[in-house]
Amino acid sequence: MKSGSNLEKILSSGQFAVTAECGPPKGTSVKVIQRKGELLKFHCDALNVTDNQTAIVRMSSLSGCVLLKQVNVEPVMQMVVRDRNRLAIQSDILGAVALGIRNVLCLSGDHQKFGNHPTAKGVYDIDSMQLIQTLKKMRDEKKFLSGDDISGEVPLFLGAAANPFADPFEFRVTRLAKKIKAGADFIQTQAIFDVPKFIRWMEMVRDRGLDQKVHILAGVIPVKSVGMARYMRNNVSGLSVPKELVDRMADAKDAKEEGVKICLETIELLKEIDGIHGVHIMAVAWEDIVPEIVEKAGLMPRPVI
Amino acid sequence: MIVGQQKDFDEIKKMISGYNRILVLGCQTCVAISFAGGMREVEILASMIRMDRKMAGQDIEIVEDATLRQCDFEFLDSVENRVDNCDAVLSLACGVGVQALAERYPDKVILPGLNTTFMGLTEKMGVWSERCAGCGNCILDKTGGLCPIARCSKGLFNGPCGGSMDGKCEISPDVDCVWQLIIDRLTALNQLEKLEEIFPIKDWDVSGHGGTRKIVREDLTA
Repeated sequence: MKSGSNLEKILSSGQFAVTAECGPPKGTSVKVIQRKGELLKFHCDALNVTDNQTAIVRMSSLSGCVLLKQVNVEPVMQMVVRDRNRLAIQSDILGAVALGIRNVLCLSGDHQKFGNHPTAKGVYDIDSMQLIQTLKKMRDEKKFLSGDDISGEVPLFLGAAANPFADPFEFRVTRLAKKIKAGADFIQTQAIFDVPKFIRWMEMVRDRGLDQKVHILAGVIPVKSVGMARYMRNNVSGLSVPKELVDRMADAKDAKEEGVKICLETIELLKEIDGIHGVHIMAVAWEDIVPEIVEKAGLMPRPVI
Repeated sequence: MIVGQQKDFDEIKKMISGYNRILVLGCQTCVAISFAGGMREVEILASMIRMDRKMAGQDIEIVEDATLRQCDFEFLDSVENRVDNCDAVLSLACGVGVQALAERYPDKVILPGLNTTFMGLTEKMGVWSERCAGCGNCILDKTGGLCPIARCSKGLFNGPCGGSMDGKCEISPDVDCVWQLIIDRLTALNQLEKLEEIFPIKDWDVSGHGGTRKIVREDLTA
């Protein structure tokens, strides 16, 4: 075991994992994040706490993770390289490990231009690939990037993102291979709406044997309204939302019900793909729906290890 | 070349308020090519200032000139008299030129009329874009002659990030994704395997984060 986290145990025992996302508040409320934790804890194996997602300032991921741990929920700490240099990254990791955080998802982060501080200086001292390498070195060699020794263990289960829907398509598999080489133990993909394209990507992933080297969790987003579907189709870079999905949402009598139905159909298809070891449900501003999705997808009860 | 952009006239007006004898001094090298600080721009700006002061009923005496290369001390001697005879110099050179003037004429007020924008090239008439970040350690041999440090919005070494779509960067449909361009070019050169390797963590010391940079060539200084 690299970290001994629940997520690592479930994935390494060959079971299908379920993770979801928990966005911290734009404020200081403990309740906001712990309520989400309590709501999802029996339906998910771990909860990702986002790190200033879409470059909007929120409570820090590290703090959110600690608050989740207080209500016995296993967190996945998301960490972006947009906001910290190598000193801050390594020190935050030491603190996170000391506070019992065992899963970290390494990300570049949405560009600061998108957020509520568009005039900020982006840090990008290292990139997401190098962040994985850095944390692997801290864990496996017990050394900082400088080569100095770290006192104590750094048990971490290292995650990375993959987006099969961004361009250039073929290179996306190479980039996944690089992330695995850098030290990624698990992958959470961008939300999948275009299943045929994802299937093609997974074929290339299997051709390179990458599914044998890393645990891939397929990302899904339950769509709440036709407006949301349209917005994601037209405005979110790196997402592929087919027109048929937007039409289905538009024609539906009950949009929320249709959104859940589409999400369940997607999960059903994803479960059948060789090399998929779990799902990551990103119910943006709709966390309440996650338990229903997990139940209806036949993913209950969650394993207890 | 260094590409500059003239500051808003209102900002320039505020900067020069209180000065009644001004030398507007352009530079005939880089910023002249980017139509920001050459002799032509000096003449236009000087006319605007004169007109503005006239409308406000205020006197101003403006001398117009341009050095051949304002960042070089040897070209600054020729304007000594003109500098001496003014209250302030409004320089239309890049930041290097402004500072060279300030260094050469320590008792004179030197004001910047331009924002020094980037090191780049003219894409076509009226369009300039950034190409080099002056990071101190060139990696263009590894990236097909296209720089991710200067041209990727996140300065990624192992791009492209998940926001690259249809060859464009996630920040704007007007910005090319340089990683797409790098991949296209390396594919054409049959060198895409170069990108299988993980790019090592950069030493930013040589990029200016280790303090102001200076080169001393002992073979030349001796």
